[in-house]
Amino acid sequence: MKPAQNYIELFKENRALVERGSAGVMNTLRDAALSSLARYGLPHNRLEEYLHTDVSKWFEPDWGMNLARLDMPVDFAQAFKCSVPNLSTQLYFLANDAFASSDRASKAGLPEGVFAGSLKEAAQNRPDLVEKFYGRLADMDKPGIAAINTLFAQDGYILYVPDGVTIEKPLQLITLLSSKVDLMVNRRILVVLGRASQAKLLLCDHALAANNYLTTQVIEVFAGQDSTFELYDLEETHTANLRASELYISQDAGSKVSVDNLTLHNGQTRNTVCVTFDGQGAELSLNGVAITDKSQHVDNMTFVDHRVPDCTSSELFKYVLDESSTGAFAGKVLVREGAQHTSSQQTNRNICLTREARMFTQPQLEIYADDVKCSHGATVGQLDDKALFYMRQRGIPQQEARMMLMLAFVGEVIGKVELEPLRDRLYRLVEKRFRGELTQCEGCRACR
Amino acid sequence: MSMLKIENLEAAINGKQILKGINLEVNAGEVHAIMGPNGSGKSTMSNVLVGHPAYEVTGGTATFKGKNLLEMSAEERSHEGLFMSFQYPVEIPGVSMTNFMRTAINEKRKYQGLPPMAPTEFLKFIKEKRDMVKLDAKFMNRSVNEGFSGGEKKRNEIFQMAMLEPSLSILDETDSGLDIDALRIVADGVNRLKSPETSVIVITHYQRLLDYIKPDIVHVLYQGRIIKTAGPELALELEERGYDWVIKEYEDSLK
Repeated sequence: MKPAQNYIELFKENRALVERGSAGVMNTLRDAALSSLARYGLPHNRLEEYLHTDVSKWFEPDWGMNLARLDMPVDFAQAFKCSVPNLSTQLYFLANDAFASSDRASKAGLPEGVFAGSLKEAAQNRPDLVEKFYGRLADMDKPGIAAINTLFAQDGYILYVPDGVTIEKPLQLITLLSSKVDLMVNRRILVVLGRASQAKLLLCDHALAANNYLTTQVIEVFAGQDSTFELYDLEETHTANLRASELYISQDAGSKVSVDNLTLHNGQTRNTVCVTFDGQGAELSLNGVAITDKSQHVDNMTFVDHRVPDCTSSELFKYVLDESSTGAFAGKVLVREGAQHTSSQQTNRNICLTREARMFTQPQLEIYADDVKCSHGATVGQLDDKALFYMRQRGIPQQEARMMLMLAFVGEVIGKVELEPLRDRLYRLVEKRFRGELTQCEGCRACR
Repeated sequence: MSMLKIENLEAAINGKQILKGINLEVNAGEVHAIMGPNGSGKSTMSNVLVGHPAYEVTGGTATFKGKNLLEMSAEERSHEGLFMSFQYPVEIPGVSMTNFMRTAINEKRKYQGLPPMAPTEFLKFIKEKRDMVKLDAKFMNRSVNEGFSGGEKKRNEIFQMAMLEPSLSILDETDSGLDIDALRIVADGVNRLKSPETSVIVITHYQRLLDYIKPDIVHVLYQGRIIKTAGPELALELEERGYDWVIKEYEDSLK
């Protein structure tokens, strides 16, 4: 309870500052966030859902926050001077947790009515639009990081796509952690997809300087009826980075959502994904890859709530753990009473490359309907010795053969990425990662 | 010219002695057949020769084209021209045949100090070798051996052999699980790859394969030793009379 108390005090002392640096709509939820934080505290490892990641510990240091919204200039051109063709995206930047306008983030090319940019600005200029959605999915009635994020978040990113509008060009939001001191950032992202609209959003999470960072991230996605949305959340930070992310998705009838969660470089990461089917005939494809070494830690927890009939969810998470890194995956699927003809499939496969690497996996199915098709499977193993030897007999050296097998293993997930140029680039990124050529933050260079 | 010379080779797996002193010399251009009852050490012998890490060589020597074979890694042995067709070819999900072959070929070229093969040349090369074993082009985009039938897997082994152009090929029970048509295609591929500079060791239970791949010399392996060596007529005799008489002859000789 102690770290939470410190943040409550901090907020009370700086409330005016926080609110001045934000917008009315975001400020209206701060009281609720305050009481939630006071009630539940920060999530700790005595809770089953946080068994393998004591997130509350991350909050113990006296983190600095940029509540006064001091300008923290980031030289985007310097960071991303390399531009590889093929994947052309509509580009946006968040410097720490503040939306940073950049020359390259022009509005040109976006269809009429689309709003993409600063959440704070949207909350100021279009409060009607933000109010309807902001904080409606993030669950503060349980221990988590939604409360502390809602308490301190001052800005972030919003993507609003009106009914019937298709954005052909993928949107890319690059978040850069950059400061001269250790920093805690509270990032907020809101995505609203109107009826029968379509969009693709790529999030690239980077740390530029070698400071310690703690990021809380809350993403809320409203997928309207018959909408299509692809979300790629790519983390490439460094070993001193702490990240707690919560992604909430509500899927209306007939919507199709795919989420790819890729952790290529990190310190300690906890990603929580909660998807609810609120309309019939919706489809979810939820996939993840984690590649870890040193003492990195990745914990993905997913919760898919089949509340209505005729929805399909498929999940595939794969981890490759090297050295003394640890991974955790918990996947809960709840099929509620009456959610007939639910089809749900969950797979978690993991490779521990060393004896020191650890993986904890926990599939969890709760089914209260009788006419459903549900399956799950989890494995933890090593690289296939037989395949390795077969390859070596054909003249492929041990190191190269291992690389090919690891790439093939996570390739199953990357192969699901629908954006072809992104898929190619991810293959290349992962290959570089396995070859040890990717130290930090080369991600967007390779993926642009 | 001596291709392979094995002297008093002993090997064990998990502490269990399997090979108890093998002597064998294979010259360039020769085809040797190694036959023997189950559990006699045939597969151990081929695995030891190609450097399988699970087997421990506990004694003896093996010289391949004048070099100490036992000092080389599995991949070096391959680069030097040693090939084994696996009894059970391994499925490698996610690694395409093309990628697998390109990597194998170019690693060998790197070992030989050659630049990687040009893409067009590589594709031409693949097609030529595929035709030899009648392996359809669609297999090249599929994962190595994944979902291949038994016959397709064995044809794929011979295809890889053709691609890698080894000096010495060990065919480990290549006939197992093959119907007569597939057997003919596989044997035909092997025969076409034969030259005065290359040698083949055929490991088999049955005479059947030897009708198609004619051996020059036939050996009988029993309890980790070669107990009889003779001409091709020995294979026919074994087919007819089984192994018991050879074993008895050997045991009598020990008395």
